[in-house]
Formats: sequence, structure tokens, C-alpha cells
Amino acid sequence: MRARFLAAATSLLLLLPALPVRAQDEIPENIQIGLSTDQVSITSDFSGAELTIFGALDNADPLVARQGRYDVVVVLEGPPRAVTVRKKTRVLGMWINTESVIFRDVPESYSMALTRAPQDISTPDGYKRLALGADNLHFQPLKADGDPKTIEEFTEALLQRKEALGLYSTQTGGVRFLSQSLFRASLKLAPNVAVGTHRARAYLFRNSVFLRETSAQLTIRKAGLEQRLYEFAHQNSLIYGIAAVLIAIITGWLGRIIFRKD
Amino acid sequence: MSVNVFVLLAMGGAVGFLSGMFGVGGGFLITPLLIFYNIPPAIAVATGANQVIASSFSGALAHFKRKSLDVKLGTVLLAGGIVGASIGAFVFAYLRRLGQLDLIVSLLYVVFLGVVGGLMLMESVRAIRRSRGGQTATLRKPGQHNWIHRLPLKMRFRASKLFVSVIPVVVLGAFIGFLASIMGVGGGFIMVPALIYLLKVPTNVVIGTSLFQIIFVAAFTTIIHSTANQSVDVVLAFLLMVGGVAGAQYGARVGQRLRGEQLRALLALLVLAVALRLGFDLFVQPESVYSLSTGAM
Repeated sequence: MRARFLAAATSLLLLLPALPVRAQDEIPENIQIGLSTDQVSITSDFSGAELTIFGALDNADPLVARQGRYDVVVVLEGPPRAVTVRKKTRVLGMWINTESVIFRDVPESYSMALTRAPQDISTPDGYKRLALGADNLHFQPLKADGDPKTIEEFTEALLQRKEALGLYSTQTGGVRFLSQSLFRASLKLAPNVAVGTHRARAYLFRNSVFLRETSAQLTIRKAGLEQRLYEFAHQNSLIYGIAAVLIAIITGWLGRIIFRKD
Repeated sequence: MSVNVFVLLAMGGAVGFLSGMFGVGGGFLITPLLIFYNIPPAIAVATGANQVIASSFSGALAHFKRKSLDVKLGTVLLAGGIVGASIGAFVFAYLRRLGQLDLIVSLLYVVFLGVVGGLMLMESVRAIRRSRGGQTATLRKPGQHNWIHRLPLKMRFRASKLFVSVIPVVVLGAFIGFLASIMGVGGGFIMVPALIYLLKVPTNVVIGTSLFQIIFVAAFTTIIHSTANQSVDVVLAFLLMVGGVAGAQYGARVGQRLRGEQLRALLALLVLAVALRLGFDLFVQPESVYSLSTGAM
């Protein structure tokens, strides 16, 4: 399935009030993003998609814009969940989970798109202050008394696994200016993207200096029947189980009738 | 998780074919196959249990009609089975929290499939040799008793022509219920030999009785797994059932044309192959030694 998204942000531009001319530096630049839909449905054969977010700069300085010195970073962050990271070691020749660290509030996914390479937009310190980028997410271990070396090793492993699963990704050039003030961000949705409330955030930089950020919410859910089954399985698990049994019995019985030979 | 509908139907069909051919439930093949297909073991086990209901129900109906089952014996086995399955579900959730569920499920499969497959192979090879020598084998020697028949709390099972203590029956039921909920199997591959060799139940009622109690234990397991772990996937199970029920009918027809000993030898080889493959996976270095699971388990 291809997720359907439409530009909604174009309208934002048209809504800009025709203000009387003022000195450019009196009105600070602002950034806005728009989602055409606040819900994305995924089906069981979902194999990943691109999510397009449109956005606009208000009061952009035409000179700065023409020189391409505005930069935008857009992030789509999945719902925070506790995650257990396990490590296998060899025991009697078998690979067995032996160590584990639990982290609290780890975003299920973290997809980032930038106008240019990260180092060209801001400094590592700048990213750190904004807590921007997967490397700057702070993963809090559930037990505070763990060995710092172990925590560091498992934090690193957590990031690597998330990247390997396609859940944490960075697309340099994923944000493109369509005009001096209108931009489009393409973010990756991994095939196993988590359902729940995702938060889209956009950060505006001018000459590598952070100016403003804005955010919007997006709900990702399973499509139609699957969503209903998923909700049913979690909310009415007893009835779900009984229904599963009944379906099995009816299937077995029908099979008997259809193929009966004795 | 992306899976292919046709792969699942084919998988169900193939296992159904084999189960029809050999007269087994097929749960012990479905769960490992789902694991090989990268379905998480927790889901594979719970969904396997769900699928087992359909094939056992289908089979038990035939035995009901022929009256080749002992409802009383089945009910006593079932009472034990429910207790065992409840304990199994507890242990299942605990192992999952520890992160050792996948390992234990694989190990249990390797051990049980290995032992059962090995014994069956030896027995069938012996039978093939014997039939070449022109002798016929007798399974039940009337009047022969073992220590099991000296236990107290005796009960009479008319359909099985048995007068035996309920203790071994309940314990056997509980043991198989326990395995059923951890391994997602009906347990027929252990139940049938145990009834024949330990309790000396006549072979003609063994399969029907085993299927009868499997339906209920598997149903109970399915409900427990779906309430405690939300790990039953009805869509997955349904596709397997449809394939399985259809495949079983053709398997049964082919099975009637093959010789018993050769059939058992083939099944034994298949069981051993699955055990080897699961065992092999435990020793291969994983792609990454780290793994993630959502939730503070």
C-alpha cells in the first residue's frame, strides 16, 4: 500500500496576512508544517512507505533564502515504549540470552530528514542542546545502578539494532525547498513501524543558528479489519480467545463435511 | 510483520497432508515451521495451539461416529490437562519475561522430537525387519501388568476395558497439557504411545481418545494465551487451518495405500529432520548477538 498524503500546507502560505511593510528583522522567521491527514493506515502487506510533510517559512528573508542559508530538519518520532535489549553469549556451544538492560521511553521509531548533511547545518553541540538526532536521544535505563560501561554498550546496541531494523533512519537531502519559503520533507516509514501516536517536528536553522521549531501529531494505525482485530485482541482478549476456538471448531467441522469419505 | 497468504496456506496444506497420512495432529510440525518462517516463537506457539483445535476436531468427529473413543478416559485426562496447561501458561509468561522463551521452546522441541523420532525409527526398522522375516507383531499382551496398575484410586473405563488408578491418567494428562501450552502442540505424539505402552489402552480407542482431549486442552491453551499474552493470531491460524483440513483428506487417502511400518519410518525421519534443524539453529552464531523486545519484560 502506498500511504496517501496530500499537500495541505500550501494553504498556509495563502493565509499569510498582507501585513504592512516593516523592517525585515523586526518580524522573526517562523516555521510551519502541515499534514494532509492526521491518520495513516497500514495493511498487513505494508512494506514501508515515504511520508511526505509539507511546510513553509513565514517572513523568510529573500536574500538568505536565495543563498540557500535556511536549513530545515524534520523528525518523525514514534511513541515511547520500554525496550529490553538482550545480549546472547555462547553457553555450551549454544547462543543464549545472558545479559539484558531495560530502557524506559525509547521512541519506537526515529526518522529524520535534513536539507543538507547534519554537520553542515549545526554543530554536534547544537544538536545535543536540541536533543535532535538519534545519537542525542537520552535512553534512561530502568535500573539506575547499572554498570556505566554496560549501559553504554547496550545503548550503542539499541541504536544499532533500531537502525538495522530501519526504525531509526536519517535522510540527508530528505528536505527540499520547493520555493523560497515552501519545503517538502520525505520521511521513511519502516515496514514494522509501530502503531500509535507519532510526533512530527520541524526545526529551522539560519546560517547554522537554530531559530524555531514546530510540531504536529500523526496517528499510525492498522487498516480496517486488522485494526479491529488488533483492538479486539487487546481489549476483549477473553472473547477473542473464545472466538478463535469457535472458528477453529467450525473450520474443522466444515472440513469434515466437505471432504467426508466415510 | 509481513507474511504471504499462499505460503501459509501451503504450509498448512503440507502439514495437513502429513498429519492425514500419519494420523497425527501436526502441531509439532506447524510451530517449528512458523518459527522457521520468522514468526516470533510466542506467536507461533499460541497460533499453533489454535490450529490444532481444527485438525483434532475434524479427526475426533470421525472417531465419535465410529465410537472408537473413550469419553470417560478422555475426561479424566482432560482434568489433568487443564491443570498442566495452566501451569504451562504461567511458566510460558515467566520465561518470556526472562527472555529465555525462544531457547526453551527450541530445546523442548529438539529433545521431544529427537526422542520420539528416534524411538519411532528404531521401532519401525525393527518391524520392517520382522515383517521380512514373516512374523507379525503384537502390541498388547493381555494380562500383562506393570507398577502403574498397582496404584490406588482405581476407576473403571469400560470403553477401554481398563481398571486402573486415576493417578497416572491425571499425571499423564497434566504433563501433556503442560507441554501443549509451552510448545503449542496437541501432544498426540506423546499421548498415543503413553496410552498404548504405559496404560495399556486398546489401540482402537487410543487415537480417538487422544484427539478428544486434545481439542479441549488446545482450546483452553488458546484462550489462556490470548488473554495472558495476546499472542494468538486468528488470521494466521485460520489460513493454516484451511490448508490443513484440506491437506489432511488427501494425506489420509495416500496413507491408506502405504505400509504401516514404512509410514512410521518416514514420519520418524521427518520428525528427526525438524529436530536437527531446530537444534542446529541454536548453535549457529546469530546475525547480531543483540536483540530488542518491546516492553519491560
